Amino acid sequence: MSAAYTTADTEAAARLVAFGMRPKQLPGRDVVYAELVRRYGEDSAFKQLTHSVAAGLGLLVLEVSMQAGAVLAATDESVFEIKMDSYARQSKIRERRDTEKVLHGLIHLATAALGFPRPDDLANDTYIGRVSVEQVDGVVREACRILDERAARAEANNDPLADAPELEQAWRAYARRPAAAATKDGRLAADTTRGMVARALRFLADQGFLVPVSGEQGGTYRTTPRYQVQVRELAADAAFDELLELGVVSVADGGGTLRATAPETL
Amino acid sequence: MRDDEGAGTSGPDEALARRLKALACTAPLHDLDARKAKLDWADATVYQMAEIALHTIDQVTIAMDFDTGADHQQVVNRLLPFIAAQAPHRPATEHTRVARWVLDNLINVGTTDRGFRRVYGSVDGEGRYRRRAFDFKLLVELAAPDGEVYLRATDEAINVLVGALDTDVESAQIAAEVKLENLINRGRLADAKLAAEQARYRTVQYGETLRAKLEATRRDVRSVDWEREVPELLDAALTHIESRFRAETAILKNITASRDEATDPDRKRRAAELVDIVGDCVRRHTQLQSRLQAAGAVFRAEQDRQQFSGPPQRATIDVFGQLLVPTLGLPLADALRPASAFFHAGTGIGVPTVPSLSALVSLLLRPAPERDKVVGEVPDPELMPAEETDRYSDEQWRLADELLDLPEVPRRLSGLLAEARRSDPGVARLVALRALHAYGPEVGAAVRQGERRVLLAFDDGTALDDPEFGGADLLLQSAAVTSTDSSGSGGSAGGTGNPESEEVA
Repeated sequence: MSAAYTTADTEAAARLVAFGMRPKQLPGRDVVYAELVRRYGEDSAFKQLTHSVAAGLGLLVLEVSMQAGAVLAATDESVFEIKMDSYARQSKIRERRDTEKVLHGLIHLATAALGFPRPDDLANDTYIGRVSVEQVDGVVREACRILDERAARAEANNDPLADAPELEQAWRAYARRPAAAATKDGRLAADTTRGMVARALRFLADQGFLVPVSGEQGGTYRTTPRYQVQVRELAADAAFDELLELGVVSVADGGGTLRATAPETL
Repeated sequence: MRDDEGAGTSGPDEALARRLKALACTAPLHDLDARKAKLDWADATVYQMAEIALHTIDQVTIAMDFDTGADHQQVVNRLLPFIAAQAPHRPATEHTRVARWVLDNLINVGTTDRGFRRVYGSVDGEGRYRRRAFDFKLLVELAAPDGEVYLRATDEAINVLVGALDTDVESAQIAAEVKLENLINRGRLADAKLAAEQARYRTVQYGETLRAKLEATRRDVRSVDWEREVPELLDAALTHIESRFRAETAILKNITASRDEATDPDRKRRAAELVDIVGDCVRRHTQLQSRLQAAGAVFRAEQDRQQFSGPPQRATIDVFGQLLVPTLGLPLADALRPASAFFHAGTGIGVPTVPSLSALVSLLLRPAPERDKVVGEVPDPELMPAEETDRYSDEQWRLADELLDLPEVPRRLSGLLAEARRSDPGVARLVALRALHAYGPEVGAAVRQGERRVLLAFDDGTALDDPEFGGADLLLQSAAVTSTDSSGSGGSAGGTGNPESEEVA
């Protein structure tokens, strides 16, 4: 394969990237898209060209497949980057704002954890997970409960220090936030955990990562192959690296730590 | 959340912390009575707020079933007779408002976390005194499967209410039972009612424990010990129901007889109430028993559903165990980085929207969406008529106008004040304020509003000698406004922001 790209090739590669920017469009429903995906798989020069076009735009090609389409991620400082600051509710107090960001991040983590409960599910390309607002909130609260038990067993007094709110553990902040709150017009209050979960799931659905299934349990969704790729290839590693850097996670065996929960009190 | 936290370590300090926490739980109730006098919508001092609050917690606790509890409106409705009894001559709307106020305060509406926080001190392992925060809630709002919000009382609330902090559910149950039988034998019905009610709270607490276990099972079978712990709980609960059934049937027979035989109407009424309560207990036990019977089936069904799978095909990250739980365990400041990293990488890309002219035009021309179809009826706000905001009466304004109409010769503020004070001290204040305003007149605004005159003040350095006001003795004159307004700008432009003139107001 010679490296002589024609302008037509470049246009095709750019078109594939453009398809990737429309997350709800799938190769299975578009002949042109499917043809480009096929070409990406077979023609390594075209693959290279697509990567270059994406890199020039500040994008990273995570995977191109028939199921997921072209899955892109934004590099740092790219125009396509989604900023946590614009997603989280703005608060004037800095600590409060950080708390808010942590809670949103935790909810996104929990959504992925529930969508792909076992490492196996994340690896299995045909796996489709189901998440609902109630379950996501439940998963985090359950984890909080277990941590609470662990804390209660561990040592004397671990109530948070009153003069150092930033040292309070994240689970306490989540557990303290109400799950639901009545509002005057009967809608879900936005700053409750269920409100935040509902927002996260709607947001992910808009991004083509989830598909709404029904309104049960506060809104039920199924995961898409696109989400699996995004979590597996990028998000999980990104968060894992941060945790490794903080030294709180050791590289575990393939069995997963989900089983290691043994609460003794309730 | 738990009062017995770390009960295993050193003695007196732990007990102190526990008692401080118990004390903290009662603080919101005292607080209600402390703040009732400050309510602006009613003279609420006649209401015993702490009593109403305890009654509210009672009502919520009684309404707690396995799946749902009472919603706000139901609780308010049940509170109304109790509140009305405290102030029968007050209107029903006020009673409702008091009920709402107490309920909102028990939930602590208005704070982000809808809970309470109390700071207490404790001595840590190295002997240092540390201030710690104890977070607790009395009533929590939860969402039912149908999306409705309902209320539940927390463990703290039930503990405060029952007044049996740090007691074993089981033994307290037995104690209450023994007490009840004794009381009935001696015919003391008022106390019997109390004991029966306490027994009912215990039953509710029992049901709560089981409900929490079953919910945890639904989420993850492995998180609950079905080998020893739950079978023991189920056994204990069944034994408890059996004995309660026997006791309550006996009590019911006994009391029904005493209700029918009693001649004293008050005694008859109280016996009837007790019959109701015991009847409710029996109903609850039946419900608890059916749940107990179904518990095993829930476990088996969940075990089938949450099948265990083979080894992973590819080494990937266990999102729950390796990411979520460790992040939850981190302090907030440290948790920010992994949480943000995951969010940043896991939300995909945001494509910036570029407005196109044709889309923008149609967007602007589109009729406003009818909200009714989306969120139901928009409540009409009840607008109160605005309170009287005019500080000065029309008459005072007229007098001030007369004084400040100075077309010919400029006058000193001191003279105007003296003249104004002769008619009304209020007019003097108004004159002083208007003079201060005139020091920096908004000539542009006067032109726009089509006024023909504007009052100007000029500070020539003379100090004002006045018992009430301080600052500069301004020179005042009315100037005619023409379209070029050349006459007035000199005075206002000369203002260098003399700080002394600020003292006038």
